[in-house]
Amino acid sequence: MARAVSTQRKTLTTALAWAIGLVIFFPILWTVLTSFKTEAQAIANPPIFLNFDWTLENYAIVQERSNYMRFLWNSVILAGGSTLLGIIIAVPAAWSMAFVPSKRTKDILLWMLSTKMLPAVGVLYPIYLLFIKMGLLDSRAGMVIVLMLINLPIIVWMLYTYFREIPGEILEAARMDGATLKEELIYILTPMAIPGIASTVLLNFILAWNEAFWTLNLTAVDAAPLTAFIASYSSPEGLFFAKLSAASTMAIAPILILGWFSQKQLVRGLTFGAVK
Amino acid sequence: MGRIQLKDVTKSFGEAQVIPPLNLTIEDGEFTVFVGPSGCGKSTLLRLIAGLEDITSGVIEINGEDATDVVPARRGLAMVFQSYALYPHMSVRKNIAFPLRMAKMSPDEIDRRVKSAADVLNLTDYLERRPGQLSGGQRQRVAIGRAIVREPAAFLFDEPLSNLDAALRVGMRMEISELHKKLDTTMVYVTHDQVEAMTMADKIVVLQAGYIEQVGSPLELYQRPKNTFVAGFIGSPKMNLVTGAEAARHDATTIGIRPEHIDISDSEGAWKGIVGVSEHLGSDTFFHIHSDISDEPLTVRASGELLLDYGATVFLTPRAEYLHRFDARGLRIE
Repeated sequence: MARAVSTQRKTLTTALAWAIGLVIFFPILWTVLTSFKTEAQAIANPPIFLNFDWTLENYAIVQERSNYMRFLWNSVILAGGSTLLGIIIAVPAAWSMAFVPSKRTKDILLWMLSTKMLPAVGVLYPIYLLFIKMGLLDSRAGMVIVLMLINLPIIVWMLYTYFREIPGEILEAARMDGATLKEELIYILTPMAIPGIASTVLLNFILAWNEAFWTLNLTAVDAAPLTAFIASYSSPEGLFFAKLSAASTMAIAPILILGWFSQKQLVRGLTFGAVK
Repeated sequence: MGRIQLKDVTKSFGEAQVIPPLNLTIEDGEFTVFVGPSGCGKSTLLRLIAGLEDITSGVIEINGEDATDVVPARRGLAMVFQSYALYPHMSVRKNIAFPLRMAKMSPDEIDRRVKSAADVLNLTDYLERRPGQLSGGQRQRVAIGRAIVREPAAFLFDEPLSNLDAALRVGMRMEISELHKKLDTTMVYVTHDQVEAMTMADKIVVLQAGYIEQVGSPLELYQRPKNTFVAGFIGSPKMNLVTGAEAARHDATTIGIRPEHIDISDSEGAWKGIVGVSEHLGSDTFFHIHSDISDEPLTVRASGELLLDYGATVFLTPRAEYLHRFDARGLRIE
């Protein structure tokens, strides 16, 4: 009897999980479907789910009107560059906080995180002025730096929590075994931290990829990434839902594919290492 | 060769001095055990010898050479940690080979040494496994294997058995003692367990609050404790320590008598008492007896055949030749 109950519960839980998953996924699915409709079908009432004339014309028009590849390339550079730069700065910071903590380490960590609690718009004006003064407006270099700084607290925090999981005694054992600091880093620390570093890179790549506030405000043409690409199809053009959907689909496709193939690492990243 | 000398070594963490000026010589080939209650500085002392902590002042010499500022990797010492500290991403073979790889030994030599270490420690069948797939005792052996392959000047053990269950602990204790006899290398072993100290050591260093209370062989410490701390710490069950009028009668502030040195009788004796809890171990029985000479119950060891009822009146007689006397500062009176 007990077994029957548990099977029933399992079925119920599974069904519920699928239902919640579908609800969450539905907007994305709807966007993708809409991108294959004509503009008329896109705003049809009642909405058409699958029974419409599948067309690729939206994609053709979007590609014709704006250079998708240039936006994509900018997204890759901004997300990749800011993440790479962030990791290079955060790894030594997180090492020292995790393995040679001082009295103030906890305060510094909290202080860093507190910068994320400030609404971004609060510092838009000073940063905008700085960008003008330094000639960084609409430049890839400027955006890489800003996106890196935005995500740096999270990168340091994530790496810190991963590094903290590595017992100090193992590093001491390596020292006793005759390893120099460099060998300790190469043979012990890095291999043990690789999963954590990978999760951090992935999550921050996605965060930087999706970052819209700063990219929309500080770029125009030269450094505009895919978020700007989507935005350009929203209001000024009127209600062109199908084309907007096509643009959105093209913008999220790369990151969706990346996310799909790295689910395991991502879950670890999103839960800050709580799940192994 | 592995002679370790500490000369006026001190260690402070910020304001707090955990090791006051300390002098100690560990002779080549000796099995030395640092024992003391938790927080007595024994692990810190071991880490100072290892070089994992910097000493605040003083000199550490290894084989007559000043090693004070030498990094851990260059001191020629091997350490076994309480948590074993195995490299989880490496197989047992690679774990054991790691110090040899760091020493840039040839692959053939590494292979030969790993094989012989695995042989000694019964790990041959597990060489390709990861530490995560091993039991506690096996992990412990891998940690020891990693230490012995380098043929170090001395082994440092930091409470290596405290993560093992009781039965395994006794077995590993024997194995480590056996290993010491076989290798004849200096071993420095930290434990809070005085039974481990008594059974394994050539020389015991009893520490309290960073101070060395006494250094000596297990039997020296047992038979002639220098002060009340050592008297109470070494031996299980503890020595009975009695203060007050009864001690004054023996011209001392405190007198001590071990449980096995008290004769028990139901008719006559020096001290009168009432039987409290008895612990029957089969071979022996420990009686806790409430007497009028001390607030604390006295522990008395008797043969396992002796049965006494709870609440029965008994008489105790300490054997005079085994009575320890201590003065007001707690120091032994000869």
